[in-house]
Amino acid sequence: MATLATSAPHDLAPARPLRSRLMPYALLAPAVLVTLFIVFFPMIQAVVTSFYDLVLWKPNATRFVGFGNYVKLMRDPVFWTSLGHTAIWIGLTVPLQMGLGLVAALLLNREFPWRGLARALVIIPWALPSVVIALMWRWIYDPTTGVLNDILLYLSVIHSTVPWLADPHLALYAVIATLTWQGFPFFAVMILAGLQGIPQSQYEAASIDGASPWRQFVHITLPGIAPVLATAGLLRIIWVANSMDVIFVMTGGGPGYATHTLPLYAFIRARQNLDFGYGTAIAVTFTIMLGAIVAVYIVRTMREVER
Amino acid sequence: MNKPSTLRRILTTDIPVVLIILLAIGPFAWMILTSLTPTAQLSATGVSLSPAGWSLDNYVRLLEQTSFLVNMLHSLIIAGGTVILGLVVSVTAAYALSRFRFPGRKVIMLQFLLVNMFPIVLLILPLFVLFRNIGILDTHIGLILANSTVAIPFAVWMLTSYVGAIPRSLDEAAMIDGCSRLQALRRIVLPLAMPGIISTGIYIFITAWNEYLYALTLGGRNVRPVTVAIQTLIGEYQIEWGLLAAGGVVGALPATILFLLVQRRLIGGLTQGAVKG
Repeated sequence: MATLATSAPHDLAPARPLRSRLMPYALLAPAVLVTLFIVFFPMIQAVVTSFYDLVLWKPNATRFVGFGNYVKLMRDPVFWTSLGHTAIWIGLTVPLQMGLGLVAALLLNREFPWRGLARALVIIPWALPSVVIALMWRWIYDPTTGVLNDILLYLSVIHSTVPWLADPHLALYAVIATLTWQGFPFFAVMILAGLQGIPQSQYEAASIDGASPWRQFVHITLPGIAPVLATAGLLRIIWVANSMDVIFVMTGGGPGYATHTLPLYAFIRARQNLDFGYGTAIAVTFTIMLGAIVAVYIVRTMREVER
Repeated sequence: MNKPSTLRRILTTDIPVVLIILLAIGPFAWMILTSLTPTAQLSATGVSLSPAGWSLDNYVRLLEQTSFLVNMLHSLIIAGGTVILGLVVSVTAAYALSRFRFPGRKVIMLQFLLVNMFPIVLLILPLFVLFRNIGILDTHIGLILANSTVAIPFAVWMLTSYVGAIPRSLDEAAMIDGCSRLQALRRIVLPLAMPGIISTGIYIFITAWNEYLYALTLGGRNVRPVTVAIQTLIGEYQIEWGLLAAGGVVGALPATILFLLVQRRLIGGLTQGAVKG
């Protein structure tokens, strides 16, 4: 099927004049050239840099070390800690965002008078700058004046104030809660669009057959939104894995290494020590790991483009 | 018959929805309340919940004592520049990808999709070295280019689907009437794709306005956009939460208002791809 569709215009190509055959390339050239210059060229540069011992403030000491940075990486305990945190980070944030987003979408899909307003309001976290979100939550988590401690003390959930971001055992989870809050509206909106694509007649038929609301949810709603959940979930895994601005502003990776994820570790190494060789080696390793998930997403999307 | 069902709706739908909305906007609302409470009162009695204790003191200090308006101008130049660069190069690319079938088309589409997935940390370090070498570190053009790494691939994908939705027969008819390809693009396709171009542009504007890591690393001294400036509001010895909150509210406002104005259309465009599958 696919080969037929692509080969048909191909056969006609020689008949057309050269000028019109070159037209699409000319139209594409600006976008392709700019991305080559600001994305692909720097990326190759990154891979090359990762084979060098390069500290930015002492350029004369730069030397080729081959896989040296990668060998150092394997022996670096902070690398393994950061990798573990990245796994917890993705493994908790994405399901929590999806769960909360699903609940929000199911509620917003019901009939009620102010539905339009509610749908607009729920997405606000998504439009806020990450830096504002991070500072806002630092204020909420503040150990002495933060509102979260006040509320929990008032409800007697806790008996003394908790230093959410200063406690190495809690800090990562506190940041995950913030990221969940930031990202659940995205899922809500995507799932809501999926829900509206399910024909109402299916629910009518099921309730005539006596199916309970739970069975309707399991057998009609869930299969109906499964493709949306898969696409949105993959996109979010990539996005959450890459995102480090919120952690960077909230904790800067600390206390100690308690909130280091891989991209953040790469960024901090390069930023504080100007150790660009080692920093890019971490970034390249992380990109290769992420590559597997990216590949799944791309195969799915390109299949859709074919249709 | 009608009464109990309304009551039931309120219990099972309205109240849970209110809770979700509170969760979504509560933290930002808390920040607005913080920004309205004068600093002296903030440290003495905490955030003021009643309008009696509100004042614009923090906002006045923000505008008088800091260079926040200049930072807003920097953000505006960078975000506006990214929108222009992103749209100009993407419109023709999207037209080529949706109207022509040519060797290499799939590879190029794949390339734009792939670019969007790259971790920013992989690009930020080599871009720093590149920009330093060609001398555009800490300039508007540098940050516009950096933001375009995200904006161009996104715009190409969005616009390809918008242009693809315009019937091909329209530009074929125009070409039979004597238009060239480029004239057909300018006179037929551009006006019809304008709603899509505008929402893509607004989306780029919001992302560029909110961007932080590029701004921090590749700018920050001469060119200091709002997102970086907000962080510098943190006092030297003690965090001034009132002032910080005011900065956060003002900094977030342009993007949030733009977003609320176009949210319906924007979300329609963004979710289209996901729903089809």
